[in-house]
Amino acid sequence: MSKPITRISTNSPVFEDNDPQEDLITLNIGPTHPATHGVFQNVVQIDGERIVSGVSTIGYIHRAFEKIAEHRPFYQITPLTDRLNYCSSPINNMGWHMTVEKLLDIEIPKRVQYMRVIVMELARIADHIICNGILGVDTGAFSGFLYVMQEREFIYEIYEEICGARLTTNIGRIGGFERDFNDVAFAKIREFLVRFPPVLREFQELFDRNRIFVERTSNVASVTPEEALSYSWSGPILRATGVDYDVRAHSPYCSYEEFDFEVPVGTNGDVYDRYMVRNEEMWQSMRIIEQALEKIEKEPKGVFHADVPDFYLPPKEQVYTNMEALIYHFKIVMGEWDAPKDEVYHAVEGANGELGFYLVHDGGRAPYRLHFRRPSFINYQMFAPMSSGMLLSDAILNMSSLNVIAGELDA
Amino acid sequence: MDKLNNQQVLDKLQSQFADRILHVAEPKGLLTIVTGKDSVIEILRLLKEDDTLQFIYLTDITAVHYPELENAFAVVYHVHSLVFNVRIRIKVFLNINDLNIPSATVLWNGANWMERETFDFFGINFEGHPDLRRILNMDDLGVFPMRKEYPLEDPNRVDKKDFYFGR
Repeated sequence: MSKPITRISTNSPVFEDNDPQEDLITLNIGPTHPATHGVFQNVVQIDGERIVSGVSTIGYIHRAFEKIAEHRPFYQITPLTDRLNYCSSPINNMGWHMTVEKLLDIEIPKRVQYMRVIVMELARIADHIICNGILGVDTGAFSGFLYVMQEREFIYEIYEEICGARLTTNIGRIGGFERDFNDVAFAKIREFLVRFPPVLREFQELFDRNRIFVERTSNVASVTPEEALSYSWSGPILRATGVDYDVRAHSPYCSYEEFDFEVPVGTNGDVYDRYMVRNEEMWQSMRIIEQALEKIEKEPKGVFHADVPDFYLPPKEQVYTNMEALIYHFKIVMGEWDAPKDEVYHAVEGANGELGFYLVHDGGRAPYRLHFRRPSFINYQMFAPMSSGMLLSDAILNMSSLNVIAGELDA
Repeated sequence: MDKLNNQQVLDKLQSQFADRILHVAEPKGLLTIVTGKDSVIEILRLLKEDDTLQFIYLTDITAVHYPELENAFAVVYHVHSLVFNVRIRIKVFLNINDLNIPSATVLWNGANWMERETFDFFGINFEGHPDLRRILNMDDLGVFPMRKEYPLEDPNRVDKKDFYFGR
């Protein structure tokens, strides 16, 4: 009963005039609508409450990320990565620096790797908190969101302690961190491990067996593993279908192979499973952070970057007082360094899935070509096809559980 | 399960497509093969469907513009064997006069948007794609912005021109 789609302009799809006999209504969800969680549009044709067909339009906040990156030295690309998935910017950040380190063959000290693990896992928790909290809001329950929001704020305080910024953290450097975690930061990380479990437990008690929540989310937008793989899904939504593909476990980076953690998987691939997988991942992340803190204790204190003066920005006080440091600083900032002609692909497990960086370098000052495999972009393309036949209110929950971040979607 | 290594993947590919694999490299340990556009779908199909390889996961499709080369556009596929945990990169070089390449949507649904993005930014024409139109840029943009002939308009960057550094 679906009608053929025609478009006036291919970027602004509209449907043919509806036949009044058929009672089909064309509805725009977005570009700016509370339910879209970002700036992107879905034009759906509905029959009563049921979606008959839909078209997704994205690109509203495309910022020419890859083009800008071709004109900037490596350090100046860091702030761009922060703005991709702004819910978990340190993961983007670390992933980018790891890619550059792979290109430059830089060995990273163990302590730095553990510090990175801590920051990335905190970011994952912050991202999952938002996603699951908002999923609750979309089912009509606001309190869960409020319970966990304070904890996300606390994670931001930890970032602030580490680097001075909260949202767009700019936390990494080639070879490590800009500065060591101070005692307050470590104390806050430990405090987080104490205060977050009861909050998460309370949050789960509110939703896990809540009749309304379970009925609204179970068997909604179920996806089979085959479909999910065919659409190149990754991250919690792929694992909810039962495929245990996690980059951290599959191709470990940053010493993840030393950590003891599980990769939670679901069975139905529906909205409820995605919610549960994210919850379980938060518990696992806390486990990882705990282990990382233990491991850091055994490492020599005060190491927060690799010894690579050619690539690591010297501390400011030295730049002002030491000629060598000033020269290094200048060369690094201007991109005057020796980087091999090579191409690298490096993937990290972002909060939404496999975040990949494909870097082609010609030895110049900026990347010759930089491409990001953005999980939101790839995960989202299944939304329109899977929505047909779904209730409008279920489609909203589906969108919410895909955790599409507009910055990452549009690059 | 036995681990699969790059050599085994390469042997398998060469046994079937000996003369159609134009170049083999291993930058940073990632097996990279260059092939022609006529063979790319067959190679991807073998990689995906062969039981001993099982490259079932299409990670990414993108392109690179090398204006100094005769065949200036490289379409790059990253494919991942989830079972054996091996990745492979496949490159296909295209000439500016003939930017047609068969679409990988026959193998993976996920190729749809990746190819649209590549079309949007480089103008690569994926033949057989069900819905090849711009995705991130507006329709009437008129150019393919990731090509090297379109510089970024950023007057602040003139201080970083190569001639200031004796290059």
